[in-house]
Amino acid sequence: MNAPSSEPSSAHPPEPSATPSPEPSATPPSALELRGITAGYERGAPVLREVSLTVGAGEAVGLLGPSGCGKSTLARVAALLHRPYAGTVLLDGEPARGWRHRAPRAQRTSVGVVFQQPRLAADPRLTLAALIAEPLRATGRKDEAGERTAELAESVGLGGELLTRRPHEVSDGQLQRACVARALVLGPRLLICDEMTAMLDASTTAALVAVVEEYRARSGAALLAVGHDRTLLERWCDRTVEHAAVQAPTTGKDATGTDATAAATGTDAGAQVGGAPVRSGRRAPADTSAG
Amino acid sequence: MTATATPLGGRPSARTLRARASVGLVAAVLVTVVLVPLLFPLDEQAVDMANKLQAPSLTHPFGTDDVGRDVLLRCVYGLRVSLLVGVVAALAATFIGTAVGAAAGAAGGRTDRLVMRVVDVFSSVPHLLLGIFIVAMFRPGVWPVVISVGLTHWLSTARIVRAEVLSLRSRPFIDAAVSGGASRWRVGVRHLLPGVLPQAGLAAVLMVPHAIWHESALSFLGLGLPTHKASLGNMIQDARGTLLAGDWWPTLFPGLFIIVPTLAIAGLAGVWRERINPRRRSELML
Repeated sequence: MNAPSSEPSSAHPPEPSATPSPEPSATPPSALELRGITAGYERGAPVLREVSLTVGAGEAVGLLGPSGCGKSTLARVAALLHRPYAGTVLLDGEPARGWRHRAPRAQRTSVGVVFQQPRLAADPRLTLAALIAEPLRATGRKDEAGERTAELAESVGLGGELLTRRPHEVSDGQLQRACVARALVLGPRLLICDEMTAMLDASTTAALVAVVEEYRARSGAALLAVGHDRTLLERWCDRTVEHAAVQAPTTGKDATGTDATAAATGTDAGAQVGGAPVRSGRRAPADTSAG
Repeated sequence: MTATATPLGGRPSARTLRARASVGLVAAVLVTVVLVPLLFPLDEQAVDMANKLQAPSLTHPFGTDDVGRDVLLRCVYGLRVSLLVGVVAALAATFIGTAVGAAAGAAGGRTDRLVMRVVDVFSSVPHLLLGIFIVAMFRPGVWPVVISVGLTHWLSTARIVRAEVLSLRSRPFIDAAVSGGASRWRVGVRHLLPGVLPQAGLAAVLMVPHAIWHESALSFLGLGLPTHKASLGNMIQDARGTLLAGDWWPTLFPGLFIIVPTLAIAGLAGVWRERINPRRRSELML
């Protein structure tokens, strides 16, 4: 998996993007807006310092950064799963009204999350079918479960017999497919993929990205894809942002507007991702600090 | 439920033998306490002074006690009561411990710290002392003993369950459930509780011997079951005086009836523990 990319990322010069967003800009509120988020697990040493980031309605934003820089924490804050020390999260223009269980259910479920490690993100006691249907059951929509599960399982490419297996009986790729289906089952307005493909091979990566893109094309949902694979994110997303650029400098100086000035390296966007082979050359030279 | 594989062609390993012995003994004990009372009814009030303190013989394999009652039959009845009390009390203790531990672990933060300090306070008082205090509030009987054991033995289970819940709680699949709209209750019941049940079940089995010992100790002190009832603790208490006269059988056999079945149950729990998680063998000591 660590084979150096045959095509360094410098082959994708940051050209000014003329990306057509699926929806016209300005009028609808941003799907996600983070303002001055400071978060972490120890008050004295926050992982994130005054991060500001905006994902427009229907927009796909890639967040790039080396391992351990706080990308996942940022994703958890955006999904209302982790309470930041300071800052505001707006989802569809509405400020977050709580964190974890205290967040209103409608707001919590408007964000779908795909986690990095499917092994850890799947309850080992549930079958894949139950795993996919769990959000429906949890929100009292049990009667739709059978139909929706079958539908989604097919779209992520999970066959009938696989659905009766438990997580330890399937591969990482198959499990991540189920996790993607679970994230989509409630029809979220925003999808957060936290290193969704980091543990997967190229063909599964391509398939899952295609599933996500197909869902977005149908529903107009926005996407925040977090990762350190520059090649993948630049191909997948409308624009990519460096983690370092959305965060305040260590001195704690003013960080407003960093998002706008961030390396908005919009490349050939969503158009080609649909079914095209997505190259998963890991760790382009520019990203060697990834560790 | 026969245990682990035998080494190729050789004799069964010590572990296998222990497993087989435990399973066999527990099965034998269960059959005995179910069948014998059906075949040989026991008149708890009957005395037979003509045959008092007879040494073991063919008619009375375990001899007779100081009022001429058959020791073997009373042992079986006593074991039955002890097992019943042990199992029910262990279940009660496990239920309380699981509920408290899961609640503390799931709530976290201040609630967790407060609850666990209460657990520490209760743990610092000897079980038996607390148990005596509780039975002393009621008339002698089976239920006060069950309550006494249940209320004093949940602490270790609460600790085990809390630790498991804490480790489960931080896993991403709980995040995924929260993000999928699950309520606190649903996260607890659907995702956390099933994860701790194997540990809680094991704790329950390990608790049965403790509960039996506790019951016997209370009965021995005259605080457990009513004194005329056949209970292993009562029997040893009754026969204490005759021991010095050289009549060993009325104390020895009830003692064996306490020790052997409880060790067998503990052995069974050991087998189960190894199956749940071989690497944690040493952590959950009896």
